[in-house]
Amino acid sequence: MVTLPPFQALLDRHAADLHRFLVASVGPHDGADCFQDVVVAALRAYPGLAHADNLRGWLFTIAHRKVVDHARRRGRHALPVAELPEPPGGPVAVEALRRVDDRADGELVAAVRALPPKQRTAVVQRYLLDRSYGDVAAVLGCSEDAARQNVRAGLQRLRRLLTVEVVP
Amino acid sequence: MTTLDPDDPGRGDVGLGGPGDPGPGDPGPGGPGDPGPGDPGLGRRRLRQALDAATTGAGPAAPTAGAGGDGQAAAGGGVAPGGGVAAGELGQLVAAASSRADAEGLVDVAWVAHDTPVGALTLAATTVGLVKVGFGADEAVLADLAARVSPRVVHLPRRLDVVRRQLDEYFAGGRHAFDLPLDRRLARGYRLAVLDELGQVPFGRTVTYGDLARRTGHPGASRAVGTAMATNPLPVVLPCHRVLRSGGALGGYGGGLDVKVWLLRHEGALGG
Repeated sequence: MVTLPPFQALLDRHAADLHRFLVASVGPHDGADCFQDVVVAALRAYPGLAHADNLRGWLFTIAHRKVVDHARRRGRHALPVAELPEPPGGPVAVEALRRVDDRADGELVAAVRALPPKQRTAVVQRYLLDRSYGDVAAVLGCSEDAARQNVRAGLQRLRRLLTVEVVP
Repeated sequence: MTTLDPDDPGRGDVGLGGPGDPGPGDPGPGGPGDPGPGDPGLGRRRLRQALDAATTGAGPAAPTAGAGGDGQAAAGGGVAPGGGVAAGELGQLVAAASSRADAEGLVDVAWVAHDTPVGALTLAATTVGLVKVGFGADEAVLADLAARVSPRVVHLPRRLDVVRRQLDEYFAGGRHAFDLPLDRRLARGYRLAVLDELGQVPFGRTVTYGDLARRTGHPGASRAVGTAMATNPLPVVLPCHRVLRSGGALGGYGGGLDVKVWLLRHEGALGG
């Protein structure tokens, strides 16, 4: 018979990271909604868990799925990148980005949110939450190699997105 | 070589450089361990900073340490195993999610830490009633509840409002008996019978272990009565502090003898 820790312990340990993961993935407003969805879904499934290994991975797997559901509900037309202002072009844009750092951050975060789900989750787990590839793999339910590949593909895509946006 | 910020020598890693960009400006501290040879080029630190800014600016800080006991100020937060309380906005998010889960019937054990003159008590309730009054660390009490009642243990102060009010009244001297639904599932068999009998001992009176043994029809069972008191899941509310050794010695108490003395003096049942 499996002994699960009190659900409270999961909240205490992971609520802050969970919230940050969701905000990074879908923004602050929808992140708050997703946060509730994840907690409710996790509590619903919790007593039925067959084992207590890697509860963090389990929790973030639910979070990943909720983010995917969320994107589906929003529809694919509303990708945050589409809401960005038109890049004024070439050197001007580079100059603007250099001068206004937080604006540049905004572009970058928007680009992260526009990544395909697995790549986005992999990049956020790796670079916001400082998780190992093993942890990323647990969240995505894939091998460590595949996790590494998702991070790599995410970074490449980010690079491409930003290059296209900023330097036509 | 970098796309976004080619001229700044101090920030060679800021741009999401082209493929193969080794990113000499992104030194060790930027990465959680070795990113590995296959990790593509850079902007990792910049990426980290951007995500960090986007999530800390909009979001709450990490849980901060807090003293035991929820009090009013921290009523929205969960008390961490180490005694930390999820603060501010995160606390509100967690509280809102917990309330929604409760409304959907997903919280089997609601708990709160409550400050009293004898220290912080961990109070826990099921849908049946008050199931646990715990002295000492939340962590151990909650782990025990998870193992013996249900792992769906969540901080929900509101479900314990009536209990907290009656405890406050008791400790202020205005209440001599509790009128609360109780969930006695943590006691069984003879111990449960002893606890039921214990509930008949009124405020300000004391009995001996032997008295309770006799009243439950087992005059030789003082030792078993002692065990029932020691494992009482609902101290204060089921008044095991009113049980003394024959001859007047105090006997033991789960919350510590000083607490037993405090309670007996509070009830006028002990001189001094």
